[in-house]
Amino acid sequence: MGNRHHAAAHPSRRALRALFRVRPESGAAPAIELRGIDKSFGTVRANRGVSLSVAKGSITGIVGENGAGKSTLMSILYGLYEADAGEILVDGQAVRMRGPADAIARGIGMVHQHFMLVAPFTVLENLVLGAEGGAVLRRGLAAARAELARLASEYGLSVDPDAVVGDLSVGEQQRVEILKVLFRGARVLILDEPSAVLTPQETDQLFRILATLKERGVTVLLITHKLREIMAATDTVFVMRQGEVVAERRTADTNPEELAELMVGRKVRLTLEKDAVATGDVLLKAEKLDLTDSRGVKLLDGVDLELRAGEIVGIAGVSGNGQTELLQILSGIRRPTGGRLQVRGRVIDTSHPTDPAEMRTLGLCHVPEDRQRQGMVAPFRAAETSILGYHKLKPFTRRGLLDHVATTAHCGLLMERFDVRPPIPALRSSSFSGGNQQKLVLAREMDRTPRILLVGQPTRGVDIGAIEFIHRQLVAARDAGCAVLVVSVELDEILSLSDRIVVMFGGRIVGELPAAKADERTLGLMMANAHA
Amino acid sequence: MSEGFDLIVLTLAATLRVATPLILCAMGGLFSERSGIIDVGLEGKMLMAAFAAGTVAAVTDSAWLAVAAAILASTAMALLHGFACITWRGNQVVSGVAINIIAAGLTVVLGTAFFARGGQTPALEPEARLMPITLPGAESLVGVPVLGPIYRSLISGQNVLVYVALLSVPLTWWIVGKTRFGLRLRAVGEMPLAVDTAGISVSWLRYRAVLLCGLLAGIAGAYLAIAQNAGFSRDMTAGQGFIALAAIIFGKWRPLPAFGACLMFGLLDAVAIRLQGVRMPGLGEVPVQLIQALPYLLTILLLAGFIGRAGAPRAIGVPYEKEH
Repeated sequence: MGNRHHAAAHPSRRALRALFRVRPESGAAPAIELRGIDKSFGTVRANRGVSLSVAKGSITGIVGENGAGKSTLMSILYGLYEADAGEILVDGQAVRMRGPADAIARGIGMVHQHFMLVAPFTVLENLVLGAEGGAVLRRGLAAARAELARLASEYGLSVDPDAVVGDLSVGEQQRVEILKVLFRGARVLILDEPSAVLTPQETDQLFRILATLKERGVTVLLITHKLREIMAATDTVFVMRQGEVVAERRTADTNPEELAELMVGRKVRLTLEKDAVATGDVLLKAEKLDLTDSRGVKLLDGVDLELRAGEIVGIAGVSGNGQTELLQILSGIRRPTGGRLQVRGRVIDTSHPTDPAEMRTLGLCHVPEDRQRQGMVAPFRAAETSILGYHKLKPFTRRGLLDHVATTAHCGLLMERFDVRPPIPALRSSSFSGGNQQKLVLAREMDRTPRILLVGQPTRGVDIGAIEFIHRQLVAARDAGCAVLVVSVELDEILSLSDRIVVMFGGRIVGELPAAKADERTLGLMMANAHA
Repeated sequence: MSEGFDLIVLTLAATLRVATPLILCAMGGLFSERSGIIDVGLEGKMLMAAFAAGTVAAVTDSAWLAVAAAILASTAMALLHGFACITWRGNQVVSGVAINIIAAGLTVVLGTAFFARGGQTPALEPEARLMPITLPGAESLVGVPVLGPIYRSLISGQNVLVYVALLSVPLTWWIVGKTRFGLRLRAVGEMPLAVDTAGISVSWLRYRAVLLCGLLAGIAGAYLAIAQNAGFSRDMTAGQGFIALAAIIFGKWRPLPAFGACLMFGLLDAVAIRLQGVRMPGLGEVPVQLIQALPYLLTILLLAGFIGRAGAPRAIGVPYEKEH
């Protein structure tokens, strides 16, 4: 009898188990147990009555949308925040975490989403920071070097102790983070969105490391919003929604569809349905675009790209391989240092520059990667954000004065059409959630019925429900004959949205293939440029 | 030839004397800045210290009490800076400038109230000052060619605080580079979050750095008032705190290069003093002011892009706040 079925059939028993958290299958105390954790920030209740228990030597996943309270919960467990109410038990003993030092002393270590590494330090120096083993470094460093060698062989985590961390790849930096935690003798490892910055191959490698850790008896807590990773790596999974744990499942007994539904609270389609592509004229054509910065570093190197009406082209790549710069040039923000760009007949090159305002008049609209800084002005009202870049047009400006009534009405309309919540044009832009901000920016640009639409990271920091909506909007634009360019570091997104996929590496386009022939593996290899 | 050699030795000795407050301030500022706290207030701390030293020396006739008072006054200012910048996460430059203004005003007001001499403290007797120390054998070895005069005029015959300043350089180098405190100090200036998540208090680390800065700037102030001069006079720091700051930037926040920069600025000053009123054939009177302005000009040139911000601690000037 499956766990899920079991729970559903005996609600009273489930309630009892929730109360006492007795694990019938194991006698040993759980590695970590949280009871009734509450935490509020101002009026926002980030965690409410969260109870969960993690078995020793297991890999336990915690999934939930952005803002579901996963990171807050882990920060409480790691002592970065103190809970307003509730209990933390480590190995069956109630403990109080006043700071990370307490957590570390209890054998709990955390690998943060944004690495806590000192870039100009060596691996060894980063390793010992906070656990130096004496007031003078020399001896501690020597001992750490020996310990590092031991850890490297035991867990298969080799890394050069004298390498400067800032020079390492992201995958290697993450390895240093894990080593840091193990070096402190952690028996419980918390990983917060560990794959956010990794290529698929690096992610696979990470999961192999986690499996080794588990074999050696380390307990792993994996926080992620990627269901595929939960399915691939965990034994048990807790689902969080709006600050609460809404479900506990054995991974073997569940599936991504069920988890997605639990996360969002309603049925979600994970696959995007779209009609066959029907492409038209070439609307945008880039030939041999070069970009060299003031220090002489080549950011873009001979980029050729064509965008046709009625297709979605996805640009895949590990972030920092020229995608940002390409978007800046195509949208007119930055000038190329070489090459030629044609946008609906207008030729742009080094001697015929352009700017974003002109691009808009050509029917090219841009939803920037960094919506907080480029897509909106955070302290502006939503109504003001909804006309940025078009504020000089009628009816928003009349005789040189802004018309707030017209702007507010316009914003209200956009909010209704794009399901922006809450639909209040007078609210500050920064008080909307990431997904709703993105919908507002997208609404602003799509309202101009663009012929060319550039979208950077369409769903970064956006929750599943809104992802579905945004994707459907992009497909609708494409069906209406718009040429859509999507830059994303999320491979799933690239694969489900695109008709054609282009891979960037080191400022160059290293591959192009129709979406039908692409899969994660081939793209991953191209992104790491192992293909060439 | 011999006269020229003597001149060089004497100029170098003068260089050391002029560079001493710069060296002390630069090493102090280095601790503060490596921890991520900008220290524009070196000047003010030094001035307060000089005033405290001058006052206590005049009243008690004790040089060492004066040094203690100087350190106390300077660390009090450092604590104020720390309170504003670390505890209350204020703007570090504004706080530093405020300290300079407080010091410039307070020293004159208190000085006038205490001694009624237009802000000056009374001239000190030699017993109330720190005087040059003659090292053993300085006179008997003077006959030794080359090394004799160097030993007598350059190595021996300096003020005890000059030796303290010279000692502070390897000590700073060792502390910053080779100790646990130094490692954490460097880390907190680069990536305070990493320090916090390692279970170390960011605030306490930065407070200690700021206090060390106060200690060294205090000694520098005492040097000005009771060693180099025989009393405090208004605005006697005359921008040396800023020169020390420039030396830190010049040295890319590393002790040994910063020390080198202090010596270079000191040398320029010593040369300028020696050339005062000297007529050079073909040039006329040497434009001493130009030489004195050189440190500032060099600093501006360097800041304008010759070294850029490379080398600055990454988190410098940024108050540490946890999210939420």
